[in-house]
This record gives sequence, structure tokens and C-alpha cells, in this order.
Amino acid sequence: MLIPFFYMLRNGGMNTSITELLTLHEAMKCGLADYSVDDFYFLSRTCLVKDESKLDRFDRIFAAYFKGVEDSLADMMQDVPDDWLNRQAELILSAEERDMIEALGGFDELMKALRERLEEQDERHEGGSRWIGTAGTSPFGAYGYNPEGVRIGQRGSRNRRAVKVWDRREYKNLDDSVELGTRNIKVALRRLRKFAREGAADQLDLEDTIDKTARNAGFLDIRMVPERHNAVKVLLCLDIGGSMDDHIRVCEELFSAARSEFKHLEYFYFHNFIYESLWKDNRRRLSERIPILDITHKYGADYKLIFVGDATMSPYEIVYAGGSVEHWNEEPGAVWIKRLLNTYKKAIWINPEPEDRWNFTPSIKLAREIMDDRMYPLTIAGLDEGIRALR
Amino acid sequence: MRKDRFEGTSTYIATDDLKMAVNAAVTLQRPILIKGEPGTGKTQLAIEIANSLHRPLFEWHIKSTTKAQQGLYEYDAVARLRDSQLGDDRVHDIGNYIQHGKIWEAFESEEKPVLLIDEIDKADIEFPNDLLRELDRMEFYVYETRQLVKATHRPIIVITSNNEKELPDAFLRRCFFHYIKFPDQDTMAKIVDVHFPGLKKTLLRESLNAFYKVRDVPGLKKKPSTSELLDWIKLLLAEDIPPEALRSDDNRTAIPPLYGALLKNEQDVHLFERLVFLDRRSGH
Repeated sequence: MLIPFFYMLRNGGMNTSITELLTLHEAMKCGLADYSVDDFYFLSRTCLVKDESKLDRFDRIFAAYFKGVEDSLADMMQDVPDDWLNRQAELILSAEERDMIEALGGFDELMKALRERLEEQDERHEGGSRWIGTAGTSPFGAYGYNPEGVRIGQRGSRNRRAVKVWDRREYKNLDDSVELGTRNIKVALRRLRKFAREGAADQLDLEDTIDKTARNAGFLDIRMVPERHNAVKVLLCLDIGGSMDDHIRVCEELFSAARSEFKHLEYFYFHNFIYESLWKDNRRRLSERIPILDITHKYGADYKLIFVGDATMSPYEIVYAGGSVEHWNEEPGAVWIKRLLNTYKKAIWINPEPEDRWNFTPSIKLAREIMDDRMYPLTIAGLDEGIRALR
Repeated sequence: MRKDRFEGTSTYIATDDLKMAVNAAVTLQRPILIKGEPGTGKTQLAIEIANSLHRPLFEWHIKSTTKAQQGLYEYDAVARLRDSQLGDDRVHDIGNYIQHGKIWEAFESEEKPVLLIDEIDKADIEFPNDLLRELDRMEFYVYETRQLVKATHRPIIVITSNNEKELPDAFLRRCFFHYIKFPDQDTMAKIVDVHFPGLKKTLLRESLNAFYKVRDVPGLKKKPSTSELLDWIKLLLAEDIPPEALRSDDNRTAIPPLYGALLKNEQDVHLFERLVFLDRRSGH
């Protein structure tokens, strides 16, 4: 009788197994939930759900199944196609805009228009008010966003609106359950392994024992050593939202691979560039931020620092105070990233943008200079090279 | 056979869903995995199950260096080597050097026991996988003495986790699972009542209000939990603080007294003081 319910759970994204279904049947046979729907709900929950983050999903499926409201399955799935839809929207937009460029007479015309716009922004910026900060960002940010995307500068108003939309978007945390295609990345990350003996001495050190016993005139002198562990410590800072949406899949793969490969892995998120604080949970990124200074104090200099981001933005966002698209930053991003780099000497930047486009985006050039050229493309070869630079 | 049903005890308030999860685990003789915020009584649950069902309790507390093998048995080869040099007679029986772990002890118990494996997430990632067969079949093999140890009575196994590491799927599938939600205000009133019977109604109400308000402060590193609330009420009673002092709409005493018992982290204390200060300023 529970088979359709079981399949509904599985279709709804719960990875319930046959063993668990059989356990539920066994429990019902023992008469644990005889006459009450509540009891049955509690029993099936304790049998079938093994992760508190899935509880809500289970509740919704349970309600849908037992009230026969099958439509709500649709909103159960809503977090999945959300990003996908967004990306679709982006694709449609750029196609429209691509047509628009041609209508407006090509690339050179656009560059000219953009330059005029930039000069205007620059003057206003000296005025130093917050509004200009934001406005200045938008066409220019659009420019950085995609080198061919200069076109977006043609429609300033629309672009500002776009910035506001990102501002409010609920970025999802990267999913570390993506396993497809992570094998290659894992192999690349494995190069970073460094074994060291740490912790309690619980293994017999045979050589030392023989040596010490011989010196002890044949009386046993047992020597112990700690077990070998992978002792590499990694801080991973991931750019999230905005222009990174195009790269979300490959970043998830990287993140998933890194999570399983390193025991000491701490990850943080940022948006576009590093400022005075980062966050760990994208849903609560406005309320729960972690100051950079706390990070540098908490994690020792033996951590290796990896930034993952497309570094594609307005150069303002890097070099000016108040350049951030999201908030008013008292000190420019470049200052903050340098503070991090001063603590963590081993640092690289991994960029998912194709390498041949880097020279066309001033902000990438800037970021690359700040990183002393330690910027590598997010490809297997690039990762390999980057990991070598980290060693 | 005695029919076991766990209904909570005079010192432990169990919600209906928790009772169901425990009873399912007891009836089907499978382990139950308990997760939840620190301080919601995960470890206490095993002790209360043992009390209410009158069972012996074996506690195995896990540390980062704990190995699965240690729960079964340990063979002290080093002691045997030493004894062999000193010519001790004990050396001829390998059994003298096998030390029983908590799981072995529980398997040999005369009565059906409760076995608590506390904070399983502290151990190495492989730890739960190493215990799969032992927890499933309730038996293991001692290689040194070539002996199979089988549980005389399948123990009621309670496993707690603080979510520091993810547990493997294969392990999860063999357990019942319960997440102890943070209790709502009504349940909390019952819990406080069990610990401080006859507490004045006003003090109870005011302290719970103040407590939930502190919990709602955004960005706290460690939210106060049930055990902290109980400590705090104990302090309030010891200091004989009148209930009126807890009411925070009075601006002068907006910070609840003795709040050090609720906030355990100096950054949280600073944050809290700052917010109260801002709040007081905007109130004028």
C-alpha cells in the first residue's frame, strides 16, 4: 500500500531506500502505528528521513500524498529549476541584445558610447555620493560582466534594475552532492596532499623500536608514532551570484570534490570581490557575516588560500572605497584582499572564465596583478598548474 | 518477554514524535540516531530510556582519536611483549591481554542493556562504516582468540551526533532517526516545571519570554539552549531575583540579570549589549 508513497518520495527528491521502506513495513506489522495518522506520520518520518534538512521536504510530500493534493509536487520541485530558469532568462536576454548591437551599428559605436558614459560617471564619482557609486557600477559592471556585453551599457536603466535584482536574489549554497565529473578534479586536488604525523602516538614505530632496543642491551623499548594524515589545510573562497551563475555547475563540481578531498577545508562565499567580511550561508548572508580579521586570526598562516571567481566586474569594485555593488565599503577590496594575501602566502585564484578572454576584461587583469599572476583557469590543466603553485 | 514502551520520565519530557522513534527502535531492535542543537538533551535521552525501562546503561563517549575497534576490544601487544621479557606466566594466555570494549560489555550483559554511543560525529569519517556489521548482526569476531562474540540480548543502541561530520548513507539506512527540535514555549514550560516544580508562574513566564527574546537576537554564535535556560533559572532562584526585573519593556533593566548563564561567548555578549544599547537609545 505504501509503494506509491515511496515512489512519490523518491520523485520528490528524497533518496529513500528499499531497506528503509521494509523497515517501515516491519514496524507497522509490530503494531507501532495502528489507528492514528499522527502515529503513522511520526513512524514513517523516523524510518524514512535520515537528515534534518530533508524533514521539510518529507512533510510536504506527506501532506500532498495523504490529502491527495498532487499539484503541490510542483512547488516541491521549485528550488531545482529556479537557477535553470534564471539562466534561460539570461540566454534570452543576451540574444535580444545581440540583435540590438547589430541594429546600433556594431562594436566600435558601442565602445564610443560606453567611453562617454564612463567619463560622465567618473566626474560624478568625484562628487563622492553613494548614488553615483551604485550607478557608476552598473554600466561598467555590465561591461566587465561580459566583454561582448558592452552592449548592455546602451540601456543604463535596465542595467541598474538588473543590479537590484541580483541584490535581492536568494543565492543558493553550492550543492556538494554533485558527483558527476568530479573525479578528474579530485585527482588534480590530490596533488595537494601532504602527509604528516599529528595527534596521539598510536602506531608502533618498528625501526625506532629495534634501534632503541639494541641500544638498551636487548631489553624492549617500545617506540610509538602518530598515524599519518593528510595535513593540508585549505581556505576556499567562492564567488556566488551575479555573473557567476553561468559557472555554477563547474563550481559545484569543484566544491564537491574539494569537500571530500580535504579534511581541513573551510569555505566562505563572497560576491564579486573580497571586502571586510565573508559569509558561510547564502540564505543568511545579510545577518551572519564573518569579518576577514576574524578569519585571519582564526586560521593560521599554514592554510592555503584558494579564490574561485570570474573576477569580472567594474574595476571600481576593486580599487575604490564604496565600490561594492552590495554595500558601502569603507576600504577598497584591493586592500582587503592584500590583507588576506599577507597572512596566507600560498594563495591562488581560479577563474572559470575562459583564459583567452582575460585580457579583454580590465578587472581580471587587475585581480591578476594583485595575485602576482597566480590566476589559473578552472580547467583540469589549470587546476593542476594552480595546485603546483600552492605546494 | 516484557513489553517495553518508553513514555518519558518524571524528569524528562518527551514529545510524541520522540516517543514514537524510541519505541520503534526498541521494538525493531535497531539503533536510533539522535541529532539536535547542543543542549537539547540528546545524551540525557539514553540515560532516561535506561531508567524508565530499568535497563543497565553502557556509555561509550567518542573522541576524535577513538577507533571503532576500541568499542569491541583492544589487544595489548605491548604489555604482552614486556611480560615475555620479564618471564611472566600470564604471557601464555593471549586472553589476558584482550581488554573488552563497551560494545563487548553490552553484548555480554545479562539483561537487555541500553548502549549509548555519544557524539559519533567526533570520530574519524570511517568510524561509522567500521561498525556496520557489528550494529546490524550484533556480533563480531575476535581474531586473536578465534572467538565469535554474539549479543546475548540485542542492546537498545542510542547514537547521538552534533552534525560536525556527515554520516555515511549505509550507516544511516540501518538506523531510526530523530531530530530533536528546539522545544516551543509550551513544551519548554513543561520541561522547566519538571526541573523546578512549584516555580512561580510569573517568574516562569517572564524568564521564558526573556529567554526566547535572547534566542531571537540575530547573528548569535551560540544560541542559548534548554540546559542553559535551566542553569539560568537555577541562578535566578538562588539570587532571589523578582520576576519584575526580567520584564524588558522597562528600559532601565533591559538586559536580563545574570545573562552570563545564557550567553557563553564574549562576542555574543558584546553583540547583545550593543543591540540592547541601540534599542534603548532609539526608545527615547
